[in-house]
Amino acid sequence: MITEKKAMIKNGVILSLFALVTTGLVTITQIMTKDQILMQEKKQLLKVLEQVLPKDKHDNALYLDCTIVNASFLGSKKPHKIYRATKDNLPVALLIESTAPDGYSGNIDILSAVYLDGTVAGVRVLKHKETPGLGDKIEVEKSQWITKFKNIQVKSEQDMRWAVQKDGGMFDQFTGATITPRAVISAVKRASLYAQNETEMLFNAPNQCAGVDK
Amino acid sequence: MHQINAQELINNMKDNLKDISLQGLWKNNSVLVQLLGLCPLLAVSTSLINALGLGIASMLVLIGSNISISLVRNWVPKDIRIPVFVMIIAGFVTIIQLLMNAYTFGLYQSLGIFIPLIVTNCVIIARAEAFASKNPVHLSALDGFMMGLGFTLVLIVLGGMREIIGQGTLFDGAHLLFGEWARVLKLEIFKFDNQFLLAILPPGAFIGMGFLIAGKNIIDEQIKDKEPKAPDTEKAPRARVTSLT
Repeated sequence: MITEKKAMIKNGVILSLFALVTTGLVTITQIMTKDQILMQEKKQLLKVLEQVLPKDKHDNALYLDCTIVNASFLGSKKPHKIYRATKDNLPVALLIESTAPDGYSGNIDILSAVYLDGTVAGVRVLKHKETPGLGDKIEVEKSQWITKFKNIQVKSEQDMRWAVQKDGGMFDQFTGATITPRAVISAVKRASLYAQNETEMLFNAPNQCAGVDK
Repeated sequence: MHQINAQELINNMKDNLKDISLQGLWKNNSVLVQLLGLCPLLAVSTSLINALGLGIASMLVLIGSNISISLVRNWVPKDIRIPVFVMIIAGFVTIIQLLMNAYTFGLYQSLGIFIPLIVTNCVIIARAEAFASKNPVHLSALDGFMMGLGFTLVLIVLGGMREIIGQGTLFDGAHLLFGEWARVLKLEIFKFDNQFLLAILPPGAFIGMGFLIAGKNIIDEQIKDKEPKAPDTEKAPRARVTSLT
Protein backbone atom coordinates (compact mmCIF):
# COMPACT_ATOMS: atom_id res chain seq x y z
CA MET A 1 0.00 0.00 0.00
CA ILE A 2 2.69 2.41 1.06
CA THR A 3 4.99 1.38 -1.76
CA GLU A 4 2.16 1.84 -4.23
CA LYS A 5 1.59 5.33 -2.97
CA LYS A 6 5.29 6.05 -3.16
CA ALA A 7 5.46 4.85 -6.74
CA MET A 8 2.50 6.99 -7.65
CA ILE A 9 4.08 10.09 -6.18
CA LYS A 10 7.36 9.31 -7.86
CA ASN A 11 5.66 8.85 -11.24
CA GLY A 12 3.74 12.05 -10.75
CA VAL A 13 6.90 13.97 -9.99
CA ILE A 14 8.72 12.52 -12.98
CA LEU A 15 5.80 13.26 -15.29
CA SER A 16 5.55 16.85 -14.14
CA LEU A 17 9.30 17.30 -14.49
CA PHE A 18 9.08 16.17 -18.09
CA ALA A 19 6.11 18.44 -18.67
CA LEU A 20 8.09 21.36 -17.26
CA VAL A 21 11.14 20.67 -19.39
CA THR A 22 9.24 20.17 -22.65
CA THR A 23 7.03 23.22 -22.16
CA GLY A 24 10.12 25.17 -21.21
CA LEU A 25 11.86 24.21 -24.43
CA VAL A 26 8.81 25.05 -26.51
CA THR A 27 8.50 28.40 -24.75
CA ILE A 28 12.14 29.25 -25.40
CA THR A 29 11.78 28.39 -29.09
CA GLN A 30 8.60 30.40 -29.29
CA ILE A 31 10.26 33.46 -27.79
CA MET A 32 13.26 33.08 -30.04
CA THR A 33 11.24 32.74 -33.24
CA LYS A 34 8.47 35.22 -32.43
CA ASP A 35 10.00 38.23 -34.16
CA GLN A 36 11.07 36.22 -37.17
CA ILE A 37 7.56 34.82 -37.58
CA LEU A 38 5.99 38.27 -37.27
CA MET A 39 8.43 39.55 -39.86
CA GLN A 40 7.60 36.70 -42.24
CA GLU A 41 3.90 37.37 -41.87
CA LYS A 42 4.44 41.06 -42.51
CA LYS A 43 6.59 40.33 -45.53
CA GLN A 44 3.90 38.05 -46.90
CA LEU A 45 1.24 40.70 -46.32
CA LEU A 46 3.34 43.40 -47.95
CA LYS A 47 3.94 41.19 -50.96
CA VAL A 48 0.24 40.59 -51.49
CA LEU A 49 -0.68 44.23 -50.92
CA GLU A 50 1.93 45.28 -53.45
CA GLN A 51 0.60 42.79 -55.97
CA VAL A 52 -2.93 44.12 -55.94
CA LEU A 53 -2.16 47.84 -55.87
CA PRO A 54 0.77 49.27 -57.86
CA LYS A 55 3.29 51.04 -55.64
CA ASP A 56 3.13 54.35 -57.51
CA LYS A 57 -0.59 54.75 -56.91
CA HIS A 58 -0.23 55.50 -53.21
CA ASP A 59 2.33 56.90 -50.80
CA ASN A 60 1.23 55.63 -47.39
CA ALA A 61 2.32 52.43 -45.65
CA LEU A 62 -0.72 50.29 -46.40
CA TYR A 63 -0.24 47.70 -43.69
CA LEU A 64 -0.27 50.45 -41.08
CA ASP A 65 -3.58 51.90 -42.16
CA CYS A 66 -6.66 49.74 -41.97
CA THR A 67 -10.08 49.39 -40.48
CA ILE A 68 -11.82 46.21 -39.48
CA VAL A 69 -15.44 45.72 -40.44
CA ASN A 70 -18.06 43.10 -39.76
CA ALA A 71 -20.14 43.19 -42.91
CA SER A 72 -22.01 40.15 -44.11
CA PHE A 73 -22.06 41.83 -47.53
CA LEU A 74 -18.39 40.82 -47.81
CA GLY A 75 -19.35 37.17 -47.72
CA SER A 76 -19.11 36.11 -44.13
CA LYS A 77 -19.77 37.34 -40.65
CA LYS A 78 -16.16 37.20 -39.59
CA PRO A 79 -14.22 40.48 -39.32
CA HIS A 80 -12.59 41.64 -42.55
CA LYS A 81 -9.64 43.98 -42.77
CA ILE A 82 -9.81 46.87 -45.17
CA TYR A 83 -6.58 48.71 -45.98
CA ARG A 84 -6.81 52.34 -47.07
CA ALA A 85 -4.53 53.71 -49.75
CA THR A 86 -3.96 57.45 -49.90
CA LYS A 87 -1.77 59.75 -51.97
CA ASP A 88 -0.90 63.21 -50.66
CA ASN A 89 -3.44 62.48 -47.93
CA LEU A 90 -6.23 62.06 -50.47
CA PRO A 91 -8.14 58.76 -50.64
CA VAL A 92 -7.10 56.67 -53.63
CA ALA A 93 -8.21 53.10 -53.21
CA LEU A 94 -9.44 50.49 -50.76
CA LEU A 95 -7.91 47.04 -50.37
CA ILE A 96 -10.68 44.79 -49.18
CA GLU A 97 -10.37 41.34 -47.67
CA SER A 98 -13.51 39.43 -48.44
CA THR A 99 -14.86 35.92 -48.60
CA ALA A 100 -16.50 34.01 -51.40
CA PRO A 101 -18.79 31.74 -49.38
CA ASP A 102 -19.97 29.77 -52.41
CA GLY A 103 -16.76 28.10 -53.58
CA TYR A 104 -16.77 24.45 -54.65
CA SER A 105 -15.30 23.34 -51.33
CA GLY A 106 -15.68 25.94 -48.68
CA ASN A 107 -14.80 29.58 -48.36
CA ILE A 108 -12.37 31.37 -50.64
CA ASP A 109 -10.65 34.32 -49.00
CA ILE A 110 -9.64 37.03 -51.44
CA LEU A 111 -8.09 40.46 -51.38
CA SER A 112 -9.28 43.00 -53.95
CA ALA A 113 -7.95 46.50 -54.46
CA VAL A 114 -10.60 48.89 -55.71
CA TYR A 115 -10.22 52.52 -56.83
CA LEU A 116 -12.86 54.93 -55.63
CA ASP A 117 -14.86 54.76 -58.89
CA GLY A 118 -15.23 50.98 -58.55
CA THR A 119 -12.44 50.07 -60.95
CA VAL A 120 -10.54 47.01 -59.79
CA ALA A 121 -6.78 47.50 -59.41
CA GLY A 122 -5.96 43.89 -58.69
CA VAL A 123 -7.17 40.72 -57.00
CA ARG A 124 -5.39 37.85 -55.26
CA VAL A 125 -6.68 34.74 -53.57
CA LEU A 126 -5.46 34.53 -49.98
CA LYS A 127 -6.77 31.12 -49.02
CA HIS A 128 -8.87 28.42 -50.65
CA LYS A 129 -9.55 24.70 -50.61
CA GLU A 130 -10.62 24.25 -54.24
CA THR A 131 -9.84 21.06 -56.18
CA PRO A 132 -6.20 20.91 -57.20
CA GLY A 133 -5.90 20.91 -60.97
CA LEU A 134 -9.36 22.36 -61.57
CA GLY A 135 -10.44 25.11 -59.22
CA ASP A 136 -6.98 26.10 -58.06
CA LYS A 137 -6.40 28.05 -61.28
CA ILE A 138 -7.59 31.04 -59.28
CA GLU A 139 -4.09 31.10 -57.76
CA VAL A 140 -1.78 33.46 -59.61
CA GLU A 141 0.98 30.82 -59.42
CA LYS A 142 -1.16 28.40 -61.41
CA SER A 143 -2.85 30.63 -63.98
CA GLN A 144 -3.12 34.23 -65.08
CA TRP A 145 -6.89 34.18 -64.74
CA ILE A 146 -7.01 36.28 -61.57
CA THR A 147 -5.15 39.14 -63.29
CA LYS A 148 -8.00 39.61 -65.77
CA PHE A 149 -9.88 41.69 -63.21
CA LYS A 150 -7.38 44.48 -63.52
CA ASN A 151 -8.81 47.82 -64.68
CA ILE A 152 -12.36 46.58 -65.01
CA GLN A 153 -15.04 48.69 -63.41
CA VAL A 154 -18.12 47.55 -61.56
CA LYS A 155 -20.78 49.96 -62.71
CA SER A 156 -23.72 48.82 -60.68
CA GLU A 157 -25.20 45.84 -58.92
CA GLN A 158 -26.87 44.88 -62.20
CA ASP A 159 -23.60 44.96 -64.15
CA MET A 160 -24.10 41.86 -66.31
CA ARG A 161 -20.51 41.71 -67.52
CA TRP A 162 -19.47 40.53 -64.05
CA ALA A 163 -20.14 36.85 -64.63
CA VAL A 164 -18.52 33.89 -66.36
CA GLN A 165 -19.05 33.64 -70.12
CA LYS A 166 -21.38 30.70 -69.65
CA ASP A 167 -23.71 33.04 -67.76
CA GLY A 168 -23.36 35.82 -70.34
CA GLY A 169 -20.51 37.65 -68.65
CA MET A 170 -17.01 38.61 -69.72
CA PHE A 171 -14.80 36.27 -67.64
CA ASP A 172 -13.53 32.85 -68.69
CA GLN A 173 -14.64 29.81 -66.77
CA PHE A 174 -12.24 26.87 -66.34
CA THR A 175 -12.78 23.57 -68.10
CA GLY A 176 -14.52 21.42 -65.57
CA ALA A 177 -14.85 24.14 -62.96
CA THR A 178 -17.41 26.89 -63.25
CA ILE A 179 -18.45 27.17 -59.64
CA THR A 180 -15.08 28.43 -58.43
CA PRO A 181 -14.66 31.35 -60.89
CA ARG A 182 -18.32 32.21 -60.45
CA ALA A 183 -17.80 32.51 -56.68
CA VAL A 184 -14.66 34.62 -57.06
CA ILE A 185 -16.21 36.96 -59.62
CA SER A 186 -19.23 37.62 -57.45
CA ALA A 187 -17.04 38.20 -54.39
CA VAL A 188 -14.86 40.72 -56.24
CA LYS A 189 -17.95 42.45 -57.56
CA ARG A 190 -19.38 42.73 -54.06
CA ALA A 191 -16.08 44.05 -52.71
CA SER A 192 -16.09 46.75 -55.36
CA LEU A 193 -19.70 47.70 -54.66
CA TYR A 194 -18.94 47.82 -50.95
CA ALA A 195 -15.98 50.12 -51.59
CA GLN A 196 -18.13 52.42 -53.70
CA ASN A 197 -21.05 52.54 -51.29
CA GLU A 198 -19.11 52.91 -48.05
CA THR A 199 -16.11 54.96 -49.18
CA GLU A 200 -16.66 57.78 -46.76
CA MET A 201 -17.42 55.60 -43.76
CA LEU A 202 -14.35 53.43 -44.41
CA PHE A 203 -11.92 56.32 -44.77
CA ASN A 204 -13.28 58.08 -41.70
CA ALA A 205 -13.18 55.00 -39.47
CA PRO A 206 -10.42 54.97 -36.85
CA ASN A 207 -7.16 53.29 -37.83
CA GLN A 208 -6.91 49.80 -36.36
CA CYS A 209 -3.53 48.76 -37.78
CA ALA A 210 -1.37 51.60 -36.51
CA GLY A 211 0.10 49.56 -33.67
CA VAL A 212 1.22 46.61 -35.78
CA ASP A 213 4.75 47.89 -36.27
CA LYS A 214 6.38 48.39 -32.93
CA MET B 1 43.55 -12.37 -26.94
CA HIS B 2 42.55 -8.86 -26.09
CA GLN B 3 43.17 -7.74 -29.62
CA ILE B 4 40.92 -10.34 -31.09
CA ASN B 5 38.21 -9.30 -28.70
CA ALA B 6 38.53 -5.66 -29.71
CA GLN B 7 38.47 -6.62 -33.36
CA GLU B 8 35.38 -8.71 -32.80
CA LEU B 9 33.73 -5.89 -30.96
CA ILE B 10 34.36 -3.46 -33.80
CA ASN B 11 33.07 -5.95 -36.34
CA ASN B 12 30.06 -6.54 -34.20
CA MET B 13 29.36 -2.85 -34.02
CA LYS B 14 29.79 -2.42 -37.75
CA ASP B 15 27.30 -5.21 -38.32
CA ASN B 16 24.98 -3.52 -35.90
CA LEU B 17 25.16 -0.17 -37.68
CA LYS B 18 24.76 -1.83 -41.05
CA ASP B 19 21.79 -3.76 -39.84
CA ILE B 20 20.06 -0.69 -38.41
CA SER B 21 20.58 1.20 -41.66
CA LEU B 22 19.33 -1.67 -43.75
CA GLN B 23 16.30 -2.11 -41.51
CA GLY B 24 15.36 1.55 -41.73
CA LEU B 25 15.92 2.01 -45.43
CA TRP B 26 14.71 -1.28 -46.83
CA LYS B 27 13.91 -4.38 -44.80
CA ASN B 28 11.66 -2.68 -42.29
CA ASN B 29 10.89 0.52 -44.19
CA SER B 30 8.25 2.41 -42.30
CA VAL B 31 6.06 2.93 -45.35
CA LEU B 32 6.68 -0.08 -47.58
CA VAL B 33 6.81 -2.73 -44.87
CA GLN B 34 5.38 -1.39 -41.65
CA LEU B 35 2.75 0.72 -43.46
CA LEU B 36 3.00 3.40 -40.80
CA GLY B 37 2.51 7.14 -41.16
CA LEU B 38 0.32 6.89 -44.22
CA CYS B 39 -1.90 9.88 -43.43
CA PRO B 40 0.73 12.55 -44.07
CA LEU B 41 2.35 10.39 -46.71
CA LEU B 42 -0.74 10.19 -48.87
CA ALA B 43 -1.91 13.74 -48.28
CA VAL B 44 1.33 15.60 -48.83
CA SER B 45 2.94 13.62 -51.63
CA THR B 46 1.27 15.71 -54.33
CA SER B 47 4.58 17.23 -55.34
CA LEU B 48 8.20 16.40 -54.82
CA ILE B 49 9.02 19.53 -52.86
CA ASN B 50 6.10 19.12 -50.46
CA ALA B 51 7.16 15.53 -49.95
CA LEU B 52 10.75 16.53 -49.30
CA GLY B 53 9.70 19.22 -46.84
CA LEU B 54 7.50 16.96 -44.78
CA GLY B 55 10.03 14.15 -45.01
CA ILE B 56 12.81 16.31 -43.59
CA ALA B 57 10.56 17.66 -40.85
CA SER B 58 9.49 14.14 -39.84
CA MET B 59 13.08 12.96 -39.94
CA LEU B 60 14.23 15.77 -37.65
CA VAL B 61 11.48 14.96 -35.19
CA LEU B 62 12.34 11.28 -35.35
CA ILE B 63 16.04 11.86 -34.70
CA GLY B 64 15.34 14.33 -31.91
CA SER B 65 12.76 12.19 -30.18
CA ASN B 66 14.84 9.02 -30.52
CA ILE B 67 17.89 10.73 -29.00
CA SER B 68 16.04 12.28 -26.09
CA ILE B 69 14.02 9.17 -25.32
CA SER B 70 17.17 7.09 -25.38
CA LEU B 71 18.85 9.60 -23.06
CA VAL B 72 16.11 9.41 -20.46
CA ARG B 73 15.24 5.75 -20.93
CA ASN B 74 16.72 4.72 -17.59
CA TRP B 75 14.86 7.33 -15.58
CA VAL B 76 11.41 6.81 -16.97
CA PRO B 77 9.40 4.18 -15.08
CA LYS B 78 7.66 1.69 -17.31
CA ASP B 79 4.16 2.76 -16.27
CA ILE B 80 4.45 6.33 -17.46
CA ARG B 81 6.70 5.87 -20.46
CA ILE B 82 3.98 6.44 -23.06
CA PRO B 83 2.86 9.85 -21.74
CA VAL B 84 6.50 10.88 -21.43
CA PHE B 85 7.24 9.80 -25.00
CA VAL B 86 4.18 11.61 -26.29
CA MET B 87 5.21 14.75 -24.44
CA ILE B 88 8.74 14.66 -25.86
CA ILE B 89 7.46 14.04 -29.39
CA ALA B 90 4.85 16.78 -29.14
CA GLY B 91 7.51 19.17 -27.86
CA PHE B 92 9.79 18.42 -30.80
CA VAL B 93 7.00 18.80 -33.33
CA THR B 94 5.99 22.16 -31.91
CA ILE B 95 9.59 23.36 -31.99
CA ILE B 96 10.02 22.23 -35.60
CA GLN B 97 6.73 23.86 -36.51
CA LEU B 98 7.83 27.17 -35.00
CA LEU B 99 11.18 26.98 -36.74
CA MET B 100 9.55 26.22 -40.09
CA ASN B 101 7.11 29.04 -39.59
CA ALA B 102 10.01 31.38 -38.95
CA TYR B 103 12.49 30.26 -41.59
CA THR B 104 10.60 28.44 -44.37
CA PHE B 105 7.36 30.37 -44.34
CA GLY B 106 6.20 29.40 -47.82
CA LEU B 107 6.64 25.71 -47.17
CA TYR B 108 4.99 26.06 -43.79
CA GLN B 109 1.93 27.45 -45.51
CA SER B 110 1.92 24.88 -48.23
CA LEU B 111 2.22 21.93 -45.81
CA GLY B 112 -0.38 23.47 -43.53
CA ILE B 113 -2.01 21.18 -41.03
CA PHE B 114 0.38 18.31 -41.77
CA ILE B 115 3.21 19.75 -39.72
CA PRO B 116 1.36 19.59 -36.38
CA LEU B 117 0.04 16.22 -37.53
CA ILE B 118 3.56 14.80 -37.43
CA VAL B 119 2.72 14.24 -33.77
CA THR B 120 0.32 11.53 -34.79
CA ASN B 121 2.74 9.85 -37.18
CA CYS B 122 2.91 6.34 -35.75
CA VAL B 123 6.43 5.80 -37.03
CA ILE B 124 7.74 8.14 -34.39
CA ILE B 125 6.13 6.60 -31.34
CA ALA B 126 6.74 3.14 -32.79
CA ARG B 127 10.48 3.79 -32.95
CA ALA B 128 10.46 5.35 -29.49
CA GLU B 129 8.80 2.30 -28.02
CA ALA B 130 10.44 -0.42 -30.10
CA PHE B 131 13.97 0.93 -30.36
CA ALA B 132 14.97 4.11 -28.55
CA SER B 133 13.65 3.02 -25.17
CA LYS B 134 15.90 -0.05 -25.25
CA ASN B 135 19.07 1.10 -26.99
CA PRO B 136 21.97 3.48 -26.36
CA VAL B 137 21.95 7.02 -27.73
CA HIS B 138 24.17 6.64 -30.78
CA LEU B 139 22.26 3.64 -32.08
CA SER B 140 18.93 5.36 -31.45
CA ALA B 141 20.09 8.45 -33.32
CA LEU B 142 21.14 6.29 -36.25
CA ASP B 143 17.86 4.41 -36.13
CA GLY B 144 15.93 7.69 -36.15
CA PHE B 145 17.97 8.95 -39.06
CA MET B 146 17.63 5.78 -41.10
CA MET B 147 13.92 5.30 -40.42
CA GLY B 148 13.37 8.97 -41.25
CA LEU B 149 15.44 8.67 -44.39
CA GLY B 150 13.50 5.59 -45.46
CA PHE B 151 10.25 7.49 -44.90
CA THR B 152 11.55 10.55 -46.75
CA LEU B 153 12.82 8.56 -49.72
CA VAL B 154 9.49 6.83 -50.25
CA LEU B 155 7.72 10.18 -49.86
CA ILE B 156 10.02 11.72 -52.47
CA VAL B 157 9.56 8.89 -54.96
CA LEU B 158 5.78 8.97 -54.53
CA GLY B 159 5.69 12.77 -54.66
CA GLY B 160 7.86 12.84 -57.77
CA MET B 161 5.73 10.20 -59.47
CA ARG B 162 2.49 12.01 -58.70
CA GLU B 163 3.89 15.37 -59.76
CA ILE B 164 5.17 14.09 -63.12
CA ILE B 165 2.04 12.14 -63.96
CA GLY B 166 -0.34 14.70 -62.51
CA GLN B 167 0.99 17.99 -63.73
CA GLY B 168 3.98 17.15 -65.88
CA THR B 169 6.53 19.02 -63.79
CA LEU B 170 9.23 18.23 -61.26
CA PHE B 171 10.53 20.46 -58.44
CA ASP B 172 7.56 22.81 -58.77
CA GLY B 173 7.58 25.10 -55.73
CA ALA B 174 11.26 24.56 -54.93
CA HIS B 175 11.47 28.22 -53.92
CA LEU B 176 9.27 27.43 -50.91
CA LEU B 177 12.01 25.26 -49.48
CA PHE B 178 15.23 26.79 -50.80
CA GLY B 179 14.39 30.45 -51.43
CA GLU B 180 13.71 32.46 -54.55
CA TRP B 181 16.76 31.33 -56.57
CA ALA B 182 15.34 27.81 -56.64
CA ARG B 183 12.57 28.75 -59.05
CA VAL B 184 14.94 27.78 -61.86
CA LEU B 185 14.94 24.17 -60.64
CA LYS B 186 11.42 23.63 -61.94
CA LEU B 187 11.40 21.17 -64.80
CA GLU B 188 8.58 21.11 -67.30
CA ILE B 189 8.61 17.52 -68.48
CA PHE B 190 5.53 17.62 -70.61
CA LYS B 191 2.65 19.98 -70.96
CA PHE B 192 -1.02 19.20 -70.47
CA ASP B 193 -3.98 21.33 -71.31
CA ASN B 194 -5.56 19.73 -68.32
CA GLN B 195 -3.83 18.07 -65.44
CA PHE B 196 -4.22 14.37 -64.89
CA LEU B 197 -6.33 14.68 -61.78
CA LEU B 198 -6.30 11.09 -60.60
CA ALA B 199 -2.61 11.28 -59.80
CA ILE B 200 -2.99 14.43 -57.74
CA LEU B 201 -6.08 13.44 -55.79
CA PRO B 202 -5.84 10.97 -52.88
CA PRO B 203 -6.73 7.82 -54.89
CA GLY B 204 -3.63 8.45 -56.99
CA ALA B 205 -1.58 8.27 -53.83
CA PHE B 206 -3.01 4.87 -52.89
CA ILE B 207 -2.48 3.51 -56.37
CA GLY B 208 1.06 4.86 -56.51
CA MET B 209 1.89 3.38 -53.14
CA GLY B 210 0.51 0.03 -54.25
CA PHE B 211 2.94 0.05 -57.15
CA LEU B 212 5.84 0.98 -54.87
CA ILE B 213 5.11 -1.86 -52.46
CA ALA B 214 4.73 -4.28 -55.36
CA GLY B 215 8.03 -3.07 -56.79
CA LYS B 216 9.80 -3.63 -53.50
CA ASN B 217 8.40 -7.14 -53.24
CA ILE B 218 9.54 -7.98 -56.77
CA ILE B 219 13.07 -6.82 -55.98
CA ASP B 220 13.07 -8.82 -52.75
CA GLU B 221 11.96 -11.94 -54.60
CA GLN B 222 14.69 -11.53 -57.18
CA ILE B 223 17.33 -11.13 -54.51
CA LYS B 224 16.04 -14.23 -52.80
CA ASP B 225 16.13 -16.26 -55.98
CA LYS B 226 19.70 -15.26 -56.75
CA GLU B 227 21.01 -16.17 -53.33
CA PRO B 228 22.09 -19.74 -52.89
CA LYS B 229 19.84 -21.40 -50.38
CA ALA B 230 21.46 -20.57 -47.09
CA PRO B 231 21.05 -23.03 -44.28
CA ASP B 232 18.52 -21.83 -41.79
CA THR B 233 20.71 -20.08 -39.28
CA GLU B 234 19.61 -17.15 -37.18
CA LYS B 235 16.76 -15.20 -38.57
CA ALA B 236 16.85 -11.49 -37.92
CA PRO B 237 13.99 -10.56 -35.65
CA ARG B 238 11.68 -8.56 -37.79
CA ALA B 239 9.20 -6.36 -36.03
CA ARG B 240 6.45 -6.35 -38.54
CA VAL B 241 3.86 -3.98 -37.23
CA THR B 242 0.86 -3.47 -39.38
CA SER B 243 -1.48 -1.06 -37.71
CA LEU B 244 -3.62 1.86 -38.64
CA THR B 245 -2.27 5.37 -38.81
